[in-house]
Amino acid sequence: MDNPGFLTRLKVGLGRSRERLTSSVGGLFSPLRAVDPAMLDELEERLLAADLGVAASRKLVDELKKRKFASSDEVLPALKAGMVDMLPPPQHHDGVKPWVTLFVGVNGSGKTTTVAKVGRLLKSAGHGVILVAADTFRAAAGEQLEIWAERLDLPVIRQRTGSDPAALVFDGIRAARAQGVDDVLVDTAGRLQTKKHLMAELEKVRRVAARELPGAPHSTLIVLDATVGQNGLVQCREFHQAVPLTGIVLTKMEGTAKGGIVFSIAEELRLPVEYIGVGEKGEDLLPFSPAAFVEALFEND
Amino acid sequence: MLDGLSEKFQRIVKKIRGEGTLTDANMEEALGEVRQALLEGDVNVDVVKQFIERVRERARGQEVMLSLSPAQQLIKVIHLELMRLLGGADAAPSIPGRVRDGLNLKDFPSVIFLVGLQGSGKTTTASKLALYLEKRGLTPLLASTDLQRPAAREQLRILAQQHKHPYFEGTSSSVVELGRECLNQARLKGFNPLILDTAGRLHVDEALMDELVALRDSLRPSEVLYVADSMTGQDAVRSSQAFNARLNLTGIILTKLDGDSRGGAALSIREVTGKPIRFAGTGEKPGDFEVFQPDRMTSRILGMGDILGLIEKAEETVSIKESLKLQEKLRKNRFTLEDMLGQIRQIKKMGSFADLMKMLPGGLGVPAGMDLDDRQLLHTEAIIQSMTVLERENPDIIDGNRRKRIASGCGRPVQEINQLLRSFAEMRKMMKRFRPGKRLAGLPRI
Repeated sequence: MDNPGFLTRLKVGLGRSRERLTSSVGGLFSPLRAVDPAMLDELEERLLAADLGVAASRKLVDELKKRKFASSDEVLPALKAGMVDMLPPPQHHDGVKPWVTLFVGVNGSGKTTTVAKVGRLLKSAGHGVILVAADTFRAAAGEQLEIWAERLDLPVIRQRTGSDPAALVFDGIRAARAQGVDDVLVDTAGRLQTKKHLMAELEKVRRVAARELPGAPHSTLIVLDATVGQNGLVQCREFHQAVPLTGIVLTKMEGTAKGGIVFSIAEELRLPVEYIGVGEKGEDLLPFSPAAFVEALFEND
Repeated sequence: MLDGLSEKFQRIVKKIRGEGTLTDANMEEALGEVRQALLEGDVNVDVVKQFIERVRERARGQEVMLSLSPAQQLIKVIHLELMRLLGGADAAPSIPGRVRDGLNLKDFPSVIFLVGLQGSGKTTTASKLALYLEKRGLTPLLASTDLQRPAAREQLRILAQQHKHPYFEGTSSSVVELGRECLNQARLKGFNPLILDTAGRLHVDEALMDELVALRDSLRPSEVLYVADSMTGQDAVRSSQAFNARLNLTGIILTKLDGDSRGGAALSIREVTGKPIRFAGTGEKPGDFEVFQPDRMTSRILGMGDILGLIEKAEETVSIKESLKLQEKLRKNRFTLEDMLGQIRQIKKMGSFADLMKMLPGGLGVPAGMDLDDRQLLHTEAIIQSMTVLERENPDIIDGNRRKRIASGCGRPVQEINQLLRSFAEMRKMMKRFRPGKRLAGLPRI
């Protein structure tokens, strides 16, 4: 597919409208004018190509339509500012101990790797951390987390495949309280949001956690693959209904996917992105920065 | 989301249903909606552009068919074009004994690579594919060269054990050597084919892509299948294109179709790689794996039922003259029970009521919650048949005595006759609201 760099195209476009601007009035003052429709189309396409979806893209572009700019150089910064504003700030941890975080999501989104990475991050910040391998469905999921735990020198609680994930969470919270641990990170089995019984199982995990420790789980993070399309919103909606979500971890951001679906999610559910995953290594996890994220969205591939 | 899309399509259909011909204006409006539907279905934005362009050309060149409304015609063009794109015409090469479901297994042992991004479902697919081929009389060997993800090979080994597939682990710590080891094992033990699960990798990871190319050059697989998550968005184009450029893929397997994504990525991947989609993963169980069906995918992406099938049935059974006559009657509000009987018989000719309903996208002009019982249709037919022609043409004359007679004639309770007459009166009232010249909206209410 022929796809010249966006910035190049944009610059050409900008150049065109700039010429028009300066030649039209020819005065010292550049009057405020509406954005060139061709440029708006181009921007909308760029947003669509980043998985923002039709509604969110249109909304952002419509905002630009309403405004007038002294120069077309101001359009892109205005769009970016509007996008940054759409993203809610991350949640604050308020020192509750132990702080229980549930990681949920569809199959293959990167939950196990994310749990390990977050564990590493918290440990390096001086927290005591316990990992709970509550994915008792996928073959070798427990082993996978155990290998991570060894690498990172973190304790992990696991049982054999097929056991009750709620029981594991129960054990994890008990152990955390007994040992005075700060954070309990719970890996759960991947499930498609269309599987009613598996969503019910997740509800049970949450219920058991809340019963054992009032207020738990303190965070429930959905792990989203950045390559996901419009179904990402559906996933969040359905998981949110089963276990109220507090935030998002966006994984696999080191590829060419932009993860633009988080804008639609922010619009509808006000869920903040907490972390982004940028690789397969333990340290490949970054706290989310809305400005940097928006900037990356407009970078060339 | 599913509903949203099929609603959108119904809106398009309703919008142009009343119009006599496909004009440039109404077609552009409809195509605008189609564009949005495809984008919301995760079809890549450039692919959508090209698609709309082709549909526009085709629709313009279409002969106007009397039996189809302009909306139906446009939908038919869109449907056919989608089918074509998704490989409706992909004939599996037919070399007996060597090719199964489009898989080229000419070598002994043949090697099948499963490649793709992390988390797309390669390992699960490997085990499903093994079961699928075993059922067809082959003896595949499962192996993995995924030295990257912790416990990846363990996952495959456990799956193989659970489902009793032959599995080989090997000892090499280099991917290429490990691959050779697996191939030797298959050759030695007479397994065919070797299904090789590879590590998930990003298409931009040059080192890992190089490694995969080296593995390919060493093992010379006859199939390199790209495993793609059906929930993928716009990025599907970039990743599949890159994999295809480096490895010259031979086919695609689409996973997680048991979710509720529209699966527009299928279209994007097909379009940029030009490679056929062979199989679809449709559930958690090992047997949830089937040969890919373009027609089903087409309906899924558009969020509509098998509208094409319905249109074809209508084309076969509804004569143009009859439908024009009926339109005329409707226009003059002279629709009678006799006409209704004709309609019922036409519906019966098209198949069972329930079957027809299944083909419709979420209730096109059919009231929700309506009881779709074929017996009810039969009963209605019987009731009308028990009326005199005079009664059928002038239902207002049907008083209590006549109702009793009709009831005993058809063997249905009087209440059902009352109900039919009530619905018929209701229907006529509704029809009065139609503007002259409008087509009949969907099937008649019974």
